[in-house]
Order: sequence, then structure tokens, then C-alpha cells
Amino acid sequence: MPPISRGFGARRRRPEVDPARVPPGQYVVRDFPVLSAGPTPHTPVEEWSLTIDGAVDEALSWSWDEFLALPSETFTVDIHCVTKWSKLATTWTGVSVDTLLEDVSTEAEYLTAWCDGGYTTNLALEDVTDGRAWVVHDFEGDPLESEHGGPARLLVPHLYFWKSAKWLRGLALTIEDEPGFWEAAGYHNRGDPWQEQRYWGD
Amino acid sequence: MARAALLGRLASRIRWQVATVRDLREETAETRTLVLDVPDWRGHLAGQHVDVRLTAEDGYQAERSYSIASAPESPKLELTVEHVPDGEVSTYFVEDLLVGDRFEVRGPIGGHFTWRVEDGGPLLLVAGGSGLVPLMAMLRHRAARGSDVDARLLLSARRLHEVIYRDELAALGDVGVSITLTREQPDGWQGFGRRIDAEMLEAVGPPPASAPRVFVCGPTGFVEQAADLLVALGHDPGAIRAERFGPTGG
Repeated sequence: MPPISRGFGARRRRPEVDPARVPPGQYVVRDFPVLSAGPTPHTPVEEWSLTIDGAVDEALSWSWDEFLALPSETFTVDIHCVTKWSKLATTWTGVSVDTLLEDVSTEAEYLTAWCDGGYTTNLALEDVTDGRAWVVHDFEGDPLESEHGGPARLLVPHLYFWKSAKWLRGLALTIEDEPGFWEAAGYHNRGDPWQEQRYWGD
Repeated sequence: MARAALLGRLASRIRWQVATVRDLREETAETRTLVLDVPDWRGHLAGQHVDVRLTAEDGYQAERSYSIASAPESPKLELTVEHVPDGEVSTYFVEDLLVGDRFEVRGPIGGHFTWRVEDGGPLLLVAGGSGLVPLMAMLRHRAARGSDVDARLLLSARRLHEVIYRDELAALGDVGVSITLTREQPDGWQGFGRRIDAEMLEAVGPPPASAPRVFVCGPTGFVEQAADLLVALGHDPGAIRAERFGPTGG
């Protein structure tokens, strides 16, 4: 039994949201907090490219214009940050990871997303395929701001938001699962918010 | 077995523990330090944070994260909490909490925004408002260990009476403490009186050539600005560790 905090709850927020959409331990925000471990990179789109390499028969790469020319989707999802905020009904535009992997032949079951600024995060391929992940370039109809990961970030809304790597530059497919930046620093390897997989051992 | 699976298997779950409030210190009108007794606290590194969980009488729970203010050497765990308007948890902590009250904590959390004396220096700490909290844990750790690592702190606050740990900052001795007051400066103020800029960071030092370990903490806009300025001055982006909190908090 957790201890009761005498008098707590009198100022409870009662946001008008469906509680079934809020994972355990999360609360809903209306703004869009920023979390990152270092300075924000500002890569001009002329110097930007997106690469798929690692354990693949042939590496692929797109320039910014080539990336924008790929079939894109606009979709609305809820996002959940391990620091406990959730933001409901966020609308993004980008390219499905399924589209990016369409012509890739691989034995890999994992990938490492790598980014400007040195950030990495690891994901199982099954967590980023079948319409579960995108590389997005627009948020709410506007180009994605650099502090939120622009020009393009990964978006994997069914996992905690640190998996949705900002400033994405590549997906390196791997045979073994290699812990990324936060995964090596105490955070859960998969990060399912509905299972409250926040930290090692959760 | 894949390394990740191994890590997950070896690590034990960080469990929720009951914290009892032993003392409360008013730092400013809006900020309060909670001095906690947590039996079997497993220890922490300066810069880490804890998750807290409050349970209301009807079972309603709310969780938040707060930076640890105390040094690892301190016998009590201390959190400094700033009141966020309409924040249900911070308002409870700053206005309602009494000595003897209990709630749950889970931690320590975070393995990146940390500093130990063994990591060495020089150390450049840049704080916006209550972003000072985890950086103060580093300075308290340095003092507790009797370290003489070159350490500089630049703190940006709006007004002098909003500066937390004021007396302790003044007594830090060999730490280069610089304060800038962005909204209002008292008569005879000797510190900076403007928003953080390149000239100010250069004056505070240490220079990029001495390759300091840089920690920046504060509201998002402040951290973005400070980190951009530091990179432009020539600091290695990989040596700048940042922690941001949005206006939401709670």
C-alpha cells in the first residue's frame, strides 16, 4: 500500500481526455516540451541526407529533395515521453519506414537510428514496420523545428518518445540488438509506455 | 545473447520507496527544498533525478520527476521544487507539504547528466532559474570531497530574490560564481544585468581551449540559447550536456 499524501489531490487536474489514452504514470500536456541531451544541431537541408546501411545487401541514401519526393502520409497519434508527459492527437507528415525499407534486403532483426549530434537509439525491426514508424518532416502542417528534431526525426509513437530520434540521418540495420544512447544509460531497451518500461529492469 | 537482453536481465528493477519529510526549507517565495528520509537509499550521482509518486486518499496518483539537490555524500536526500502555476504536484509540495508527510520516490534515474570528482574538470555549469538544482548537487559534491577542480557557475535569474541557495552560493569559496539578473538589478549590483550572451560566457570562462565539461540546465529556451552560444564560442558540442524542462512541468 503506498502512503496516502494527506490533502493531495484537491488541486487535481481533470483534463477532458479519455483516460484509456493515457499510459500509467503519465499526465497530459497541451504544450510540447523539449528533451535532448546536448546542443541542438542545425543541419541545413542542402547538407542533409538519409541513409539505410549496416547489415544490408546494398546501402540506400536520399537527399532532402529525394526524401520529400517519396510517398508521404499525414497521420494523428498520441506521444508519450518517459519524463511523464503525454501529448494527445499530434499530427505529423512523413514517410513510412515501410516505404524506406521497401527495396532493402536484409537478415537483420534490429536497427540503430543515428543522428546529427551523435544520438543513437536501438529498435527491433518489428517495432518500426507494418505502419508503426515514420520519418517525419512536418508537425501540425509546418516544417519541423530544429528543437523538436527538424529537419526530420523518427516517429515511433507506440514507444516512449526517446525512441523517436531527433535529427535523424540514418538507420543502420544490425543482426544483434545494440543498446543506444539512453538504453546504455539506464533506460529500458524497448520502452513500451503501456507496460511502463521506463528503466532497466522494468 | 544480445547485449541489450543481457543488460535488461542483469539489471534489477528500481523500486518505489517511501520517503518521509524530515525538514522543509523555503529557498524563495516560490521554491522549497524537501529534506527526505529514504531508508535503504541506494545512493546517487550528482546530476541525477528521482521520480516521485503521490497518492490521494481516493487512490488517485500522480508522478513527476525532480532533480536531486543534495550531494551523494549528504545523509539526507534533498529535492528542490519550484512552484509551477496550476501544477498539481509542485503546488502541493511548495504550499501544502508538512514535516512528517510521506510519499514515494524511485531512483536515482539518469546516467548522462552526471558529474563525479573523478571525472575531472574544468567544470562549467550554466543554470537558468531552478535549473541550478542538479548543478548545485555537483558543486556540493565537489565541496564534500574537498576537490579543487576548476569550477565556474553562471546563473541566470530574473531577480535577486528569485535566486535559490543564495547564501550557500556566496560561501562557495573557490568556485567562480557569476550571476546575471535579467529583469531587475538591486542598487549597487556588481553582477551581470542582461540575458546570457557570448561576451558573458567568455568572461565566465573557462575557455574552449581548456576543454571544460559543460552542464547546462534550465527552461528550454534558455538551454537552447546557452548551448548554441557555447557551440559558437568553440566548445565541443559533445562535451556539452544539457537538461531542459518545459513550461509545463507540474
